[in-house]
Amino acid sequence: MIHSLFLINSSGDIFLEKHWKSVVSRSVCDYFFEAQERATEAENVPPVIPTPHHYLLSVYRHKIFFVAVIQTEVPPLFVIEFLHRVVDTFQDYFGVCSEPVIKDNVVVVYEVLEEMLDNGFPLATESNILKELIKPPTILRTVVNTITGSTNVGDQLPTGQLSVVPWRRTGVKYTNNEAYFDVIEEIDAIIDKSGSTITAEIQGVIDACVKLTGMPDLTLSFMNPRLLDDVSFHPCVRFKRWESERILSFIPPDGNFRLLSYHVSAQNLVAIPVYVKHNISFRDSSSLGRFEITVGPKQTMGKTIEGVIVTSQMPKGVLNMSLTPSQGTHTFDPVTKMLSWDVGKINPQKLPSLKGTMSLQAGASKPDENPTINLHFKIQQLAISEGLSYLLLLLCGTHVSLLQSAPVSG
Amino acid sequence: MTDSKYFTTTKKGEIFELKAELNSDKKEKKKEAVKKVIASMTVGKDVSALFPDVVNCMQTDNLELKKLVYLYLMNYAKSQPDMAIMAVNTFVKDCEDPNPLIRALAVRTMGCIRVDKITEYLCEPLRKCLKDEDPYVRKTAAVCVAKLHDINAQLVEDQGFLDTLKDLISDSNPMVVANAVAALSEIAESHPSSNLLDLNPQSINKLLTALNECTEWGQIFILDCLANYTPKDDREAQSICERVTPRLSHANSAVVLSAVKVLMKFMEMLSKDLDYYGTLLKKLAPPLVTLLSAEPELQYVALRNINLIVQKRPEILKHEMKVFFVKYNDPIYVKLEKLDIMIRLASQANIAQVLAELKEYATEVDVDFVRKAVRAIGRCAIKVEQSAERCVSTLLDLIQTKVNYVVQEAIVVIKDIFRKYPNKYESVIATLCENLDSLDEPEARAAMIWIVGEYAERIDNADELLESFLEGFHDESTQVQLQLLTAIVKLFLKKPTETQELVQQVLSLATQDSDNPDLRDRGYIYWRLLSTDPVAAKEVVLAEKPLISEETDLIEPTLLDELICYIGTLASVYHKPPSAFVEGGRGVVHKSLPPRTASNESTESPETAPAGAPSGEQPDVIPTQGDLLGDLLNLDLGPPVSGPPLATSSVQMGAVDLLGGGLDSLIGGPNFVAPPAAAVPANLGATMGSGLSDLFDLTSGVGTLSGSYVAPKAVWLPAMKAKGLEISGTFTRQVGSISMDLQLTNKALQVMTDFAIQFNRNSFGLAPAAPLQVHAPLSPNQTVEISLPLNTVGSVMKMEPLNNLQVAVKNNIDVFYFSTLYPLHILFVEDGKMDRQMFLATWKDIPNENEAQFQIRDCPLNAGALLALRGCEQQATEQQHLHSRQEERGRPGYALPVPEAHQRHLGAGRAAYPARQPQLHAVTEMSSARGVPTRVPGLRDHSQELSSHPVPTPAFCQP
Repeated sequence: MIHSLFLINSSGDIFLEKHWKSVVSRSVCDYFFEAQERATEAENVPPVIPTPHHYLLSVYRHKIFFVAVIQTEVPPLFVIEFLHRVVDTFQDYFGVCSEPVIKDNVVVVYEVLEEMLDNGFPLATESNILKELIKPPTILRTVVNTITGSTNVGDQLPTGQLSVVPWRRTGVKYTNNEAYFDVIEEIDAIIDKSGSTITAEIQGVIDACVKLTGMPDLTLSFMNPRLLDDVSFHPCVRFKRWESERILSFIPPDGNFRLLSYHVSAQNLVAIPVYVKHNISFRDSSSLGRFEITVGPKQTMGKTIEGVIVTSQMPKGVLNMSLTPSQGTHTFDPVTKMLSWDVGKINPQKLPSLKGTMSLQAGASKPDENPTINLHFKIQQLAISEGLSYLLLLLCGTHVSLLQSAPVSG
Repeated sequence: MTDSKYFTTTKKGEIFELKAELNSDKKEKKKEAVKKVIASMTVGKDVSALFPDVVNCMQTDNLELKKLVYLYLMNYAKSQPDMAIMAVNTFVKDCEDPNPLIRALAVRTMGCIRVDKITEYLCEPLRKCLKDEDPYVRKTAAVCVAKLHDINAQLVEDQGFLDTLKDLISDSNPMVVANAVAALSEIAESHPSSNLLDLNPQSINKLLTALNECTEWGQIFILDCLANYTPKDDREAQSICERVTPRLSHANSAVVLSAVKVLMKFMEMLSKDLDYYGTLLKKLAPPLVTLLSAEPELQYVALRNINLIVQKRPEILKHEMKVFFVKYNDPIYVKLEKLDIMIRLASQANIAQVLAELKEYATEVDVDFVRKAVRAIGRCAIKVEQSAERCVSTLLDLIQTKVNYVVQEAIVVIKDIFRKYPNKYESVIATLCENLDSLDEPEARAAMIWIVGEYAERIDNADELLESFLEGFHDESTQVQLQLLTAIVKLFLKKPTETQELVQQVLSLATQDSDNPDLRDRGYIYWRLLSTDPVAAKEVVLAEKPLISEETDLIEPTLLDELICYIGTLASVYHKPPSAFVEGGRGVVHKSLPPRTASNESTESPETAPAGAPSGEQPDVIPTQGDLLGDLLNLDLGPPVSGPPLATSSVQMGAVDLLGGGLDSLIGGPNFVAPPAAAVPANLGATMGSGLSDLFDLTSGVGTLSGSYVAPKAVWLPAMKAKGLEISGTFTRQVGSISMDLQLTNKALQVMTDFAIQFNRNSFGLAPAAPLQVHAPLSPNQTVEISLPLNTVGSVMKMEPLNNLQVAVKNNIDVFYFSTLYPLHILFVEDGKMDRQMFLATWKDIPNENEAQFQIRDCPLNAGALLALRGCEQQATEQQHLHSRQEERGRPGYALPVPEAHQRHLGAGRAAYPARQPQLHAVTEMSSARGVPTRVPGLRDHSQELSSHPVPTPAFCQP
């Protein structure tokens, strides 16, 4: 199982190590540093590195490498999943996961790691259990602790650890019972020149924040659950009921959690809510080219499109661009040839556009390819994959005020 | 106030200061001090000097302080074992605490203190905790058993913790079950032989129930454990599959992949006509696709596994090509893997799409990726014949870009396309030749030269082109030099008139000015061919070349089957079986897919043996090719064997059989228990390390000589080591002649022909008496049985162990090496009875300096050996002190001790064989004659020569 963990910053310093079995010398990381040097960018360091006696599995997040050392045949996904869980836990505890923050809270970090693994076997990885064992540091608590001499460590056995619903602690009480469900969808789509969709797929998640008293049993049903190609659930969801009735039935954990992530593939029709009109022309002999793009809404069901950002990688031959946007700001980096236009909100009455000229390298031939345009946007309260848009929440027991927000980003 | 303050104290007297603070009366100060100590520890500072002071803080009610001290203890107890003992009492007390959290914490921490002395004290509390009423304590204790096993395995077995752990598998709490399974799996890994996870339908049922309720990590352990089980029949397999399928929707990708492993393995047992089979196939695709939207590290591992799955069952993902298209922001390691899978999935239906993508990739910035993309285009051409033309034109487009590395890569793959579709795309040669000057990589240059040579008759200025390469001949790499030599010879054979000078030049360059033996030899061969018989040269050099196979990088089917059993593990990331890289190679059990129909699983062939159980193979006996090559090379370095080669006649004449005569009649007798079917190969495998016990075990085979006993065939050369050729066999002796019964199975995809066999020099001069006769070519999946007669006139060299035989088998594909141990009894002749007087005389003939006496100690007894021991005792009472003579120092394995003869002076050597026999009375009779001299053909005469060379006395012969 997992032997040791090293935390390495991008300049190659080991700033934390934790061993769950016998101590492994930190010189084992030399192999990692070698691989790091060979990879040009930090993202490209291979996740599995063999050394003569150990295997190093690493993830790179928040500019920190989390390197796990294993000695026996352990499923690598198990280790990598666990490392991601460690990062998530840190983030949950400290708000951000960065080197200074970890150094600031080293004792808590050490205690948390100790609770997460025992002899390399995962022990408690649910954040609500961990938080009961070791309370996350807050300014108030630090002050209180200094005065009273109490500690961050809970002295109660976390009850959840023993129950059949290990993700939820018992005896939860709220004066305001509320539950929030965020449907976040990402569309990956490629649209050709004429505007028809070549590929489109949706990766969606439903993140929930449930603050309910007692042991609530929730049921969530969808209008058109058949749309979902593949789903993966939080362990609290009863799979049997989903299989037979396509209904999500679960006792939720307390607080924030990801209820479900799903995948809708291109076979199902996906209506893209925005369109881009473009007119980009390079002329062979001239050193000037024309550039014009317009962004407009399409099938948004009356919702506004926000946070629109257009980026485009221009061909190498483009030296500079002089453009005027009808709204928002734009930048062009002549080195990377990256054009970026922060549009903001789209007003359907007055469509935003970006017009101007490009100065091209003199004498260079016309570029073979047209630049690709990437578009990022957000729509509140709209789910692209119809059918998820209507949620029905039943709750046995107490009443709740149901709030739903559904940002969509593409 | 944050913890970073703990890092700032870098003053000189830091340790001293901390010491003072630790001994402070104030609780708060103490805790702060411990925190500082922990902080220094985490960054790798040595604070072990504070051990006693920190341990003093352990007696506290404050849970956090206690935990901090525990943390410290775990880290430093090893370096201060005596001090650590001080902590034991507190641990024992804590294990009785009413709070289960404290009990669990105590037992958990104790297990982490890797000090033997503490471990002893741990046993009692651990036993209690394993039976604790609180499941949380039980599950912690289960892991503790694994920890303890890691420190002191013997202790765990003696204390019976393993049985308690097995009982926990049927615990009512799923978390406890999961942890028990995890602990047992880890222990089993270091004890491959022990049947710790002995799964039966009942326990499987319990595991499946627990699977639904335990944590995600527990699910991984349970699924991995399930994967080792082999269901009785397809119905059981299906019911397990049905219960595992829901795991495919788990959020944890490791759970998903472990579930995929179980399904992929058990699917093997389901019949393809079953509706359920199709349903399952459909259910497998979406989770695999979803894995690709996870973090890049997860994607990488998933892709490596998908690569295996796609090879085994391409139908699962054949419609999902698009998800493997590379995204611009994928890390390079993900991009390369995706590319690989794209090619595997490429088919006529989607080739246009794939090609368009690949062409796009070839214009990216990352050099490695671009190169691989260009290669991929070539592979598509070879794989999908209909697309070849389009691929070639894409490659030509890429060559037009004039990007140096793209051009070079394109030329290398075009060469492969020429090999696959000869005489089809020669029109592009002109374009290729234009780029001749820009080629600077050896592989591309070699490829270009090959093309020029191959199509010399169509290139008008081929001689000029080759000549231009020839100018810098000495600066080229060997690859290019060899290619150039061949190409010019080809050119000469095609256009003899104009190129005589050129060929002269290259031959002299290759043979006279080069230091490279390969090049020189090839040069000489061509030279002689050309000078003696140009027609023959033409036939040889311009012979029609076999077409290259469709996919050269496919994993061998047998290896693939094994790897499927390892989905989700490191083995699947490396695409190698664990035996190839797991440290020590110990504890590796070969896994294999279950047979499709479970009903006929019983006996037939070793590859259908149940997975998880050690199959009849004996992988350890077969050294890796590298080792063996080393051995073969060492041949020349060993002591030279002078003297005339052994004559057959002397063998026959001098051969005296140890067990002939009186014993013969007894052998078939009722007392004799035939060894269980697999005994011999199993022994061979198990005792490789010590030639000593090796030979001893072999004697169980000796007892069955005279052709009465033939060991079952064992796999000598597994197919995965020999490109699909599997060899199993055994040795027999029948009516005075030795033969090797071989069974050759072709598990590759192509026909095998031209078999030949050769033995390395060995201890008894065993050699094939006739060439290996395989009459017809061996087509895929065909098996042929051959009996190869052997004689003992080959050259002799002492092997370790003595009966080791190294064999080389050749076929049209390659040469393969393996080694095997032959039972000694095949060497014994049938007419070997010796007269008592003659025996005594022979004994006396042996010089006294060859006599050695020794005592055997610490020989474990086993039930099977008890009988034999009785024989020894009888001998011993008759003659308390047998003399042992090291008759031939060169045959140490022969002078065998009798391990059973515990603490007794005994005649070693000769006494060993009879003593091992169950026929005690016969042995007793002979033992009165001071043991029985044994002769083995081929050894006796030779031994004189051997003994004249200084051979180190084997360790066990020394007193």
